[in-house]
Amino acid sequence: MENIINAQQLVFAYSGEKEAALKGVSVSVSKGEMVAVLGHNGSGKSTFAKHLNAILLPSGGVCYVGGINTADEDKLLDLRRTAGMVFQNPDNQIVATIVEEDVAFGLENLGIPPEEIRERVDSALKDVGMYKFRLHAPHQLSGGQKQRIAIAGIIAMRPQLIILDEPTAMLDPRGRAEVIETITRLNRELGMTVILITHYMDEAAACDRIIVMDDGRLLIDDTPKKVFSNVALLKRVGLDVPQATEIVYELKKCGIDLPDDIITDEECVEALASLLSKKGEVQA
Amino acid sequence: MIAVKTEKLRHVYSPQTPFEKVAVDDFSLEIEEGEFVGVIGHTGSGKSTFIQHLNGLMKPTSGKVFIHGRDMWADPKKIREFRFMVGLVFQYPEYQLFEETVEKDIAFGPTNMGLSAAEISDRVRTAAEFVGLAPEVMQKSPFELSGGQKRRVAIAGVLAMQPKVLILDEPTAGLDPKGREQIFSQISEYHKKTSSTVLLVSHSMEDVARHAKKVLVVNDSKLFAFGTVNEVFARTEELTAMGLSVPQVTKIFTELKRRGFDVADNIFTVEQAKTELLRLLGKAGGNNA
Amino acid sequence: MLKDITIGQYFPGESAIHRLDPRMKLIMTTIYIVALFVANNVGGLLVCVAIGLAGYLISGISLSMVKKSLKPIMPIIIFTAVLNMIFVDGKPIFEFWIIKATYEGLQLAVLMVIRIVCLIAGSSLLTYTTSPIALTDAVERLFDPLKKFNMPVHELAMMMTIALRFIPTLIEETDKIMSAQKARGADMESGTIIDRARALIPILIPLFVSSFRRADELALAMECRCYHGGEGRTRMKQLKYTGNDFVALAVLVMVLALVIAMNLILPSMY
Repeated sequence: MENIINAQQLVFAYSGEKEAALKGVSVSVSKGEMVAVLGHNGSGKSTFAKHLNAILLPSGGVCYVGGINTADEDKLLDLRRTAGMVFQNPDNQIVATIVEEDVAFGLENLGIPPEEIRERVDSALKDVGMYKFRLHAPHQLSGGQKQRIAIAGIIAMRPQLIILDEPTAMLDPRGRAEVIETITRLNRELGMTVILITHYMDEAAACDRIIVMDDGRLLIDDTPKKVFSNVALLKRVGLDVPQATEIVYELKKCGIDLPDDIITDEECVEALASLLSKKGEVQA
Repeated sequence: MIAVKTEKLRHVYSPQTPFEKVAVDDFSLEIEEGEFVGVIGHTGSGKSTFIQHLNGLMKPTSGKVFIHGRDMWADPKKIREFRFMVGLVFQYPEYQLFEETVEKDIAFGPTNMGLSAAEISDRVRTAAEFVGLAPEVMQKSPFELSGGQKRRVAIAGVLAMQPKVLILDEPTAGLDPKGREQIFSQISEYHKKTSSTVLLVSHSMEDVARHAKKVLVVNDSKLFAFGTVNEVFARTEELTAMGLSVPQVTKIFTELKRRGFDVADNIFTVEQAKTELLRLLGKAGGNNA
Repeated sequence: MLKDITIGQYFPGESAIHRLDPRMKLIMTTIYIVALFVANNVGGLLVCVAIGLAGYLISGISLSMVKKSLKPIMPIIIFTAVLNMIFVDGKPIFEFWIIKATYEGLQLAVLMVIRIVCLIAGSSLLTYTTSPIALTDAVERLFDPLKKFNMPVHELAMMMTIALRFIPTLIEETDKIMSAQKARGADMESGTIIDRARALIPILIPLFVSSFRRADELALAMECRCYHGGEGRTRMKQLKYTGNDFVALAVLVMVLALVIAMNLILPSMY
């Protein structure tokens, strides 16, 4: 598989800060992957994400995204149409007063011909399920809907990679579900590569792969099952695990034999059910 | 002693216009002093409108609110007294910080109460301790702090008024797991030490189950349920139907029960789940392991 | 509540006037205003009144909206009318002490009132039937030639768009901050003017801080969406003049011509 992200030994320090925010991070992501990035505030996960579309440039190491060196200033626009970014606060990334005008914003900046903009805007709005709201004003929409508009504005540019920096942090459960459902569909159906930065473990569990960052370094990089089996380590770096994983972890601590790759409710129910039936047989 | 009582509390937005909307529809309830109540409901369910009635920020269209037995709107001129009795921490409270120093910002509420300088500085110190703010932070500008610290300064600003009833609207929204945990444990600590009444609005059923004794459910402008955690979360199906869900462990146990296992139906936290499973597996006392 | 206020007062619709090109509407409004000021007699003004009425009828916007938009400037209208009445020399209607109202003054006052009412009604019709964004767009495109003279036309239009976009957000935010400070016992309803001004500090500072933060985040989001000024930018919505636009323009030009003709035929009232 072709790598869409190839980051080698990224080092970065914010001006005025003694400690580096990134202390040598190497990550490669292949096309079509859906990767979650976890880490507590200040772990460097946002800083890392901002390197992917040249909001920040590394002071050490090199970062290639879609074959473009992010430090190449001449290719900045190319890079940004390759790697789109959605931010936390939906209110602060919507520019226009009408939904469809906002989705068109990026395309207008790229100088796309009007007929093609129209086409792409409509298809992007359909992809996020917001087509019927195309003539609404953003302030009439819910948080989840606004965030989907922001996503539409990015995917209209037809990027290969979409980076979402805590897109659900300010949303209620309904909005969160809407946004995650949309992102997952973009990944599964349109094959878009997704980098999802989040604090919610259930969102991370639904990705193909999880990167855990701590103190400017890459701590774990593995499948959700493998990552969440490190309950103690995760807790130590200020993270959580899904409750299904936690129950199993607690029982295992008490010497009960259970698989250690349980992350969903169903898996947990299965494991507990087989455990309890075995117990029943023994008693019978 | 009843801390909060509402009688047929009703609020209608833009009455007698085409935009008329009933946001709070005849809420009658009593909250005992010292209780820890979780408030759940969708965005737009009316729960925010409801809690803003409890400290007089909103005036009922009809019905009454009593705080510690006193009728809130008996004399509208005295409404500020109720604002001091019932402290309200809004969502993202850090956006209300404005003073030059953390200390002054926390002192804003107590100063408005007209307390003496000694009393104010005493309260500011206590409140800062509750939320774990180090003394050296007190002279800094609140705008230099990290997001989590700002949040705690803002909460301290309400705690410093030493309200009898404390209401927090999603105090951990947008924080990382560690930050969430910190704030929750500080609130629990405050609740225990001061034995004040606490209302916690949250979207996380897991957090409500862990911290609250009682749960108040608002759905579609109506008071859907108000009871103990056991009573309310036992209505899994109804809650799920309104899109509110129950804690993840509860879902797991409901499913086990459906499959015919004889498990308890009042499991709402990981701790309870562990105890119950160990009991079933014949490892009683494993609780202490 | 603060957030119920609508800015721009745009009433979406499908009437012939709604569908006119916003640039044309802007030009037409300008011609209308010129006609109002050129008219120096009742005849000319009546032509203006008639075309204004016709405009409202076609747009389907209730005339009571005109009353609403006149309300805030009513005192000014009455004041100018009274001044006109008493300071113009001529045949007296009545005299009282040093005040003398004249027929000529009364005539002039009536003309003045008609002119102001038409002015407000005409420009309101523009905003009632044109969305703020379409207006911004029209301004940007009409003034496009000025770019040659280094006028930041695109930048101004972008600023207008962003301002329009953030007005509801900031109103909502002000509402929230006010509630939060009231919950901390801030008293905004009593005290002297100085007290009240001081009570605004806890609202204004957080509002500024948050506006700067929003501006910062928005700028970043815009850059991430490849914004690099007006150069090489295309627009999704193309404005195109249609037959209706030229008919409408012709009507307005005729109105102006008629007004000028009236000036030539009828005696000036000044």
